Amino acid sequence: MRVLAAMSGGVDSAVAAARAVAEGHDVTGVHLALSAKPGTLRTGSRGCCTIEDSHDARRAADVLGIPFYVWDLAERFTEEVVDDFVAEYSAGRTPNPCMRCNEKIKFAALLDKAIALGFDAVCTGHYARLSTVDGAPELRRSADGDKDQSYVLATLTEEQLRHSMFPLGGSTKPAVREEAAERGLSVAEKPDSHDICFIPDGDTRGFLRSKIGERPGQLVDDATGAVLGEHAGVHGFTIGQRHGLGIDTPAPDGRPRYVLALEPVSGTVRVGSAERLEVASITGSRVTWPSGRPLTEPTECVVQVRAHGGLAPALAEVSGDSLTLSLGEPLRGVAPGQTVVLYEPSPSGDLVLGAATITATAARPL
Amino acid sequence: MTYLDHAATTPMLPEAVAAMTEALPVVGNASSLHASGRRARRAVEEARESLAAALGAHPSEVIFTGGGTEGDNLALKGIFWSRRAADPRRVRVLVSAVEHHAVLDSADWLAEHQGAVVETVPVDSVGRVLPEALAELIDRDPESVALVSVMWANNEVGTVNAIRELVEVAHARGVPLHTDAVQAVGMVPVDFAACGANALVLTGHKLGGPVGFGALLLRRDTACTPVQHGGGQEREVRSGTLGLAGIVGLATAVRHVVASQPGEAARLRELRAELTRGVLEAVPDAVLNGDSSSTLPGTAHFTFPGCEGDSLLMLLDSKGIECSTGSACTAGVAQPSHVLLAMGADRAAARGSLRFSLGHTSTAEDVAAVVAAIGPAVEQLRGAGRRRIGVRA
Repeated sequence: MRVLAAMSGGVDSAVAAARAVAEGHDVTGVHLALSAKPGTLRTGSRGCCTIEDSHDARRAADVLGIPFYVWDLAERFTEEVVDDFVAEYSAGRTPNPCMRCNEKIKFAALLDKAIALGFDAVCTGHYARLSTVDGAPELRRSADGDKDQSYVLATLTEEQLRHSMFPLGGSTKPAVREEAAERGLSVAEKPDSHDICFIPDGDTRGFLRSKIGERPGQLVDDATGAVLGEHAGVHGFTIGQRHGLGIDTPAPDGRPRYVLALEPVSGTVRVGSAERLEVASITGSRVTWPSGRPLTEPTECVVQVRAHGGLAPALAEVSGDSLTLSLGEPLRGVAPGQTVVLYEPSPSGDLVLGAATITATAARPL
Repeated sequence: MTYLDHAATTPMLPEAVAAMTEALPVVGNASSLHASGRRARRAVEEARESLAAALGAHPSEVIFTGGGTEGDNLALKGIFWSRRAADPRRVRVLVSAVEHHAVLDSADWLAEHQGAVVETVPVDSVGRVLPEALAELIDRDPESVALVSVMWANNEVGTVNAIRELVEVAHARGVPLHTDAVQAVGMVPVDFAACGANALVLTGHKLGGPVGFGALLLRRDTACTPVQHGGGQEREVRSGTLGLAGIVGLATAVRHVVASQPGEAARLRELRAELTRGVLEAVPDAVLNGDSSSTLPGTAHFTFPGCEGDSLLMLLDSKGIECSTGSACTAGVAQPSHVLLAMGADRAAARGSLRFSLGHTSTAEDVAAVVAAIGPAVEQLRGAGRRRIGVRA
């Protein structure tokens, strides 16, 4: 196959590309320039967008002996990921920009360009197992439970997955680092990336404030309706947040308060006790089926509502483009805008059945 | 391999390689007073004299530098500082819109850190700086102009400016003119005295000499404050131990390309005509940019509507054909060309362009290879470009 390896400059994508080469594919490396002004997004040793990362990716490609190019997708990235991130927060939702980037940039803009240039697949360093069973792609959790990234890939369509390659799915991170060192890749010891690549200092609140400004509103006790304080905008909060609420008066029962709901139109942030955060049912839309097999009847599964943690057994039912989930045990910190992913537990790696964007939650079972 | 990126760098001439190879083991600092020093000095001075003679300059006007970027930095900053020191009103730096970044960024630096006011001399749709446009810009306030910088020939589209006319416009208004002639030397006749420019920059690796060696030709009546201080070499304008072997290689290459320029230019013009004919036949809606009546003989720059230049470059690269999209930044990102934008192209066209530049090793086979490959490559991109992988609704 002709494979286009997306090379961020990190150790994972470098080893992924190396494995594609080792498997005998005709591999070309590409680094995505996602910032219009390289170097301004992140200046540290990690991230997706720095000149340093571009250099590291190039040196890895040199070691692998593959052609290497830098593609400028900064405009698309700004429109599809950064602007969307800001818009979602200002609408009181909690987006996942890495997921969005996979969906709209790496496996859309990049993949389209790759196909146009005659490539068959895009290869990345994501930790997820992808195979083809009976002609359909199957996406499963990584062999490294801590690094598993099947969640952030779950919104890819069957067609996108048919043109994808994740060579690291069966490996653990330590093994990948070891392999990088053995292959002479200088990025073997490079630290992992954690933060959002377009927020250089990790200060998401500060970034949102600079983009959205102040939209003052009230902090309200969800149970009593009492106004507990003022705030500078709903984009400063996420559901389930406990710290930094800026409330002076303790709760009458002395228990901590959590953000329960965000109402961007009125600017109201509703707070209350932990158990009021608990969600027993979830409604979702924009459903995708990675293997192209929509659920046709109520199905027992395990759901995950954020990139790390947030798992619960559930009964899933589909009606049209709408998905309803009755949870077997309550989940906390479930916010509209987040993605819920449905898994079928399996010893060979939980299988991704489908994914949807959360539109509503309820405290009671449906 | 089909190498059609001579405007980026061109292979060294065998004559230059031979001269340099002979000079490399020679011991001696040209500033030393003993016999070895004198030998080194003699070699440098002979190189200086031959380079000067080839380009219509006086030997004392030749300042050896580390290449084109250094030369442009030195000319822009040095002449600006000297002119402003002589008269504090002189703060305007006039640069053409299509200059190389060595000039544009030097000018911007002067604006950001030295109080210069940088103004852009516009170009027409083929990339020419019109003398009237320069005159008008200077005439807004001639007393306040520190210097003008207009390139002899453009590195992207190949348009050759009427430098002598532009110099006359500047000099008639008491303003010095610097010209970046990096692409011009060896490709078109360049005579420093005849053109009248106050400063002219060239570099070795664009004309068959070594990378990292160039020269600033600077008229004796033009003061230039040094950027780099030290041993006071090169009329105290450019300190630093002279790189004997590189200078010998540079001078050998200059002498050689200037001597063979008329014949070589005619040969390249024919190849370029063949290339242009073939490309426009294979891709009828491709646009040849620049000024065909006044162009570098080996540069052919096209816009391919509906294609991205970097995709096209990659496809050709995979077939062993090497060309360029224009200027690249440090991260290797292809930005829309400021040259095409200044010529009035829209951003899409500016991103959909490729430069093929021929040089002394180019052959009819190279041209045939491009002509054969370009049609299918453009077709592939246009056809596939319409297809989209299904994404989430």
